[in-house]
Amino acid sequence: MSKMPDKKKNILTCCFLVLGVALILTGIFQDQAKMVLVKAARICMECVGIG
Amino acid sequence: MHMGIQAVAALIQNANLKGFFTGKIYKGDLKKVCVPGLNCYSCPGAVGACPIGSLQSFLSGLKFRFPYYVVGILIFVGALLGRAVCGFLCPFGFLQDLIYMIPFFKKNQFVLDKYLRYLKYLVLLVLVILLPLCIPLTPAFCKYVCPSGTVSGIFLALADKTIRPQLGALFHWKLIVLLIVLVSALIAWRPFCKYICPLGAFYGFFNKFALFRMHLDTEKCVHCHACEKACRMNIDPSKNPNSMECVRCGDCVRNCPTKALTQGFIPPKK
Repeated sequence: MSKMPDKKKNILTCCFLVLGVALILTGIFQDQAKMVLVKAARICMECVGIG
Repeated sequence: MHMGIQAVAALIQNANLKGFFTGKIYKGDLKKVCVPGLNCYSCPGAVGACPIGSLQSFLSGLKFRFPYYVVGILIFVGALLGRAVCGFLCPFGFLQDLIYMIPFFKKNQFVLDKYLRYLKYLVLLVLVILLPLCIPLTPAFCKYVCPSGTVSGIFLALADKTIRPQLGALFHWKLIVLLIVLVSALIAWRPFCKYICPLGAFYGFFNKFALFRMHLDTEKCVHCHACEKACRMNIDPSKNPNSMECVRCGDCVRNCPTKALTQGFIPPKK
């Protein structure tokens, strides 16, 4: 893997970037960004140690 | 320069400064977006969502939904930056760097080091993925380990008197974990990143081919091992410049006498 030429590494990077964007868009269409907000906009009792 | 970027990144991710005084967390639309580093969304200053917390929230939901959105953000950031997130953007990494600057007994190499490195992958698999999947409504990593959450709890308790009576055994357990991490950070460089952080474990998979990566000019390298001696993650950059352990702190780049090592988005022209 470490011997992989830069060109191949860049192709792999692009594939993962496209995959990332595709997953983000899929999540947004399923309202998952809103679900993240709902969780993040309240104090997470477990996180802060209240339980 | 490097610490300046870290400070600005930590400030941007915690820009709700009035929250530190009122004990009220930010609830605006920016929290739809996951920040790249480990920054608890219950921190009074946080203006974004924690990717590890959000991931566990989906996995431990009563009705299973594949977390496309959070996984997408993690893959995108990983492919773009790899563990440069740990070195430049993570507020908890920055906190450890600040603690390490305090003059004290320092030791970065010890026998168990290379075995303990695998612990973070176990934390990612068991505490972040498997336990939340098996036990509903239990974000195991956030609940039992995450020191960033404990710091948030401290800030909230300092600013809001009504929080204090609610802090019980779980908080005391998390406080012990936080103290162990902080005292370790006084002695060893970035112990949490090396051994525990599930986010670093995930981004590490992308280090070999992330757009931001290390470039080694083998013709310029004189095998002096100055980079290896400078590396506080105990990597030999002249052999494996894009190791999964590298957090792109740049110590090796700065210490290379022949400028054979560089890091960035674009490889240097020969």
